[in-house]
Amino acid sequence: MVRLITHNLLACHAKDCNTNNFPLEFKDIQLEIREAEFNSDFLKGFMPKLEWKALVDTARQLGDTSLPLEQPEMVDDGFLKSLHHVLLEIHVEEGSMTCPNCKHVYPILNGIPNMLLAEHEIG
Amino acid sequence: MSRPELQAPPEIYYGDTEAKKYTQNTRNQQIQRDMTYRALELLNLPPDQPAFLLDIGCGSGLSGEILDEEGYLWAGVDIAPSMLEVALEREVEGDLFLHDIGQGFGFRPGSFDGAISISVLQWLLNAETSHPTSSPPHRLHRFFTTLHSAMRNPSRVILQFYPSSDDQIQLITSIAQKAGFGGGIVVDYPNSKKAKKVFLCLLVGGGGSQQQVPQGLQGDEEHDSKAVFEKRRERMKSKHGKRKSVKDRDWILKKKELYRKRGKEDVPNDSKYTGRKRKTQF
Ligand SMILES: C[S@@+](CC[C@H](N)C(=O)[O-])C[C@H]1O[C@@H](n2cnc3c(N)ncnc32)[C@H](O)[C@@H]1O
Ligand SMILES: [Zn+2]
Repeated sequence: MVRLITHNLLACHAKDCNTNNFPLEFKDIQLEIREAEFNSDFLKGFMPKLEWKALVDTARQLGDTSLPLEQPEMVDDGFLKSLHHVLLEIHVEEGSMTCPNCKHVYPILNGIPNMLLAEHEIG
Repeated sequence: MSRPELQAPPEIYYGDTEAKKYTQNTRNQQIQRDMTYRALELLNLPPDQPAFLLDIGCGSGLSGEILDEEGYLWAGVDIAPSMLEVALEREVEGDLFLHDIGQGFGFRPGSFDGAISISVLQWLLNAETSHPTSSPPHRLHRFFTTLHSAMRNPSRVILQFYPSSDDQIQLITSIAQKAGFGGGIVVDYPNSKKAKKVFLCLLVGGGGSQQQVPQGLQGDEEHDSKAVFEKRRERMKSKHGKRKSVKDRDWILKKKELYRKRGKEDVPNDSKYTGRKRKTQF
């Protein structure tokens, strides 16, 4: 159940890993698409929180090319529908996420990422 | 029997058997739900605005199910795989993470509009996890500093917990303060053995009069706490001003129907509360 909405908020939290630690890179993943209820107010409210480039790149890597490279200033319904799908309906069920900086691997099992760190990685 | 947090590390204590027992116990369900409603009330989110919340120590999803019903989107973290597995079976809608909150969070600044934690914090004070750890103060410090940065400004974090001494409360509040939080402790029904509940209400930013520590509920409510909250909910309902639920009634009924088909237990019956807009206000 990792969706891009939370993936886009998540950086590596290993000890001393403070720069270039976002976004975590998906590897060997299995996806599932599950319908979610559309709410345009939620999406509009959430847009300022997004790291747009990371979102677009990750979506493309997962095979979804519906988002524009630049975050649009004017949002229409078509755009919001695409954003809704990318953020809330694509579930990463299996695979892993790798930190681009320290290379820590966070495995994903049954849709749940394992964020536990080994003792020497704890800040 | 001594307190659970003194018996074993959380991910051991909440193994397969206890995770099921904990989740299926109807009295426990009611208590956790009531405290979740109260935490939402203390969270005091602006009405009419959707929000993205964090459920700290979400367990098997008893607290998260309330967030679903109330129309919030959320992410949940917990250290016990067996509890998370039950949460998956119950098909909660939040994104779940296997995570030890004593190791700190990696969420980007301003990620969450609010956070709740129901019956979890005492675990950071007592039992060690079976994962390698350092001291409780160090873990609390790591938890609060990384939580503070993950919160939006302004926002609140409401943590209900079971302290076993005033020293523990003192330790927790001082570490939270050093991490940048304002706020303090709210005690509901302080004179009642049964209904007494302790909430740590943490405030992020906001300054001035907007952000003030809320009042605890008073009185000597010696009845079943269920009745107390039932009454409060009724009262809340009658207040003006409504939060627009993200999920409409149809959606919730559809989900419940799905649960029933899959043979899920304890799906609440459709009541007049289903999809009802609730108001959070002090
Ligand atoms: C009493 S349960 C509450 C679960 C849920 N909030 C509810 O209301 O039903 C306490 C939970 O805290 C979790 N917990 C304890 N220590 C933790 C830690 N260090 N990190 C994350 N979760 C922890 C346990 O695994 C357990 O699921
Ligand atoms: Zn890293």
